[in-house]
Amino acid sequence: MFEPKIVCFLCKWCTSAGADLAGTSRLKYRPNGVNIRFMCSSRVDPEHILWAFHEGADGVLIGGCHPGDCHYEDGNYKTQARISLLNRLLDDFGIDTKRLRLEWISAAEGAKFANVMNEFTEELRSKGPLKLAAREMAK
Amino acid sequence: MSKPKVALYWAASCGGCEIAVLDIGDRILPLTEAVDIVFWPCAIDIKYDEVRAMEDDEIDLCLFNGAIRNSENEEMAKLLRQKSKLLVAYGSCAYEGCIPGLANLKTRKEILRRNYIEIPSMDNPDGIYPQTRTEVPEGILELPELYDTVYTLDQVVDVDYYVPGCPPVADQTWAVLEAVLEGNLPEKGSVVGAGTKIVCDDCPLEKKETKISRFFRPHEIIPEPDICLLEQGIYCAGIGTRAGCEALCPSVGMPCRGCYGPPPEVFDQGAKIVSALGSIIDSEDPDEVDRIMEQIPCPAGLFYRFSLPHSILRRKTTDDYKD
Repeated sequence: MFEPKIVCFLCKWCTSAGADLAGTSRLKYRPNGVNIRFMCSSRVDPEHILWAFHEGADGVLIGGCHPGDCHYEDGNYKTQARISLLNRLLDDFGIDTKRLRLEWISAAEGAKFANVMNEFTEELRSKGPLKLAAREMAK
Repeated sequence: MSKPKVALYWAASCGGCEIAVLDIGDRILPLTEAVDIVFWPCAIDIKYDEVRAMEDDEIDLCLFNGAIRNSENEEMAKLLRQKSKLLVAYGSCAYEGCIPGLANLKTRKEILRRNYIEIPSMDNPDGIYPQTRTEVPEGILELPELYDTVYTLDQVVDVDYYVPGCPPVADQTWAVLEAVLEGNLPEKGSVVGAGTKIVCDDCPLEKKETKISRFFRPHEIIPEPDICLLEQGIYCAGIGTRAGCEALCPSVGMPCRGCYGPPPEVFDQGAKIVSALGSIIDSEDPDEVDRIMEQIPCPAGLFYRFSLPHSILRRKTTDDYKD
């Protein structure tokens, strides 16, 4: 079976803590993600996301605090606006925008993190590997 | 001592960079006294075979403008690399693909069909497409092959220096020529004749960190003078573009289009523009944010107007593109 590679950019204060909770609660979930912790989801630059796709990711997950809960007050709103625009950019480049997923997951939501990873893995499995012209041209 | 030999060539470009060289004004006179121009198809009568007959590294400096888009462009890039000590990607097309590079949002098939079949002014009832070989009574005619993807110069050959701009500003061109003539060369791979900050740093318009709740296209608004265009809702690429032009466009009320490419430390100009625009939207409601962003038509074409082939994604992925 195709095992998609997922790069997860998670904020330190909420989603990363939620992922830790999923682990300490011994929840079982798909191991396809590689978690990278950022201080805030708004520190994730669209360039990081494009490089992740370029370097082999089939999907990218951005995890931040729920609206109103950002440790830096409005970082997640900036993330929301960037992802909205980046989705349109990906569409212009012929990349399915379902491969980029934005989720608000709090430090108390270990189960939600596990569910999101399971769902996203299944969705990417059904889509198959990401075909990217730039990746093939770089070879 | 013999004079340094200089070559100039254009590949896939509009010819504006050739004019930009002449823009150095009467400094062209001391230049032609200081150097021998041995190859410049736009200005002197010379054939490719005369370049082929030169020794390797015989040319001291080659200013190469234009992207690589067909087999002739590629052949000349390789030939001039072989014959030149210093090869400079001169202007936005050679440096990062520029306007011709927007073809990377389409395939060759789509481009040819549009140009030779679909456009209203085309009269082509037999649906004839250009061929690379055609037999005529006098023999066989050959034309260069159009590629599916537009490349920057450094995706095809090794490049020593880059001069950004569409076209490069005259004073910057002169600074580059002077540096070469005086042997005052920067580190290989440098972007020369440009600044190290972004266009906003040189822009005289007043910035108040105003957030915006809609984007206007240029025909939809008469901007207030002296106030940042982006803060009035007019897309301006200055936020993601290298300085060096003295903010020529915004200084006269025209938004920056991004021709100097990404600033230092940034690889992907479009991604940085997405990042910057995401920071100034005056809404926390996801649906409203989507509606505001939809007011930007074709983000890829707009944010990568000058740098699509140089970007991380390089071209649109389709089922039938060819490398």
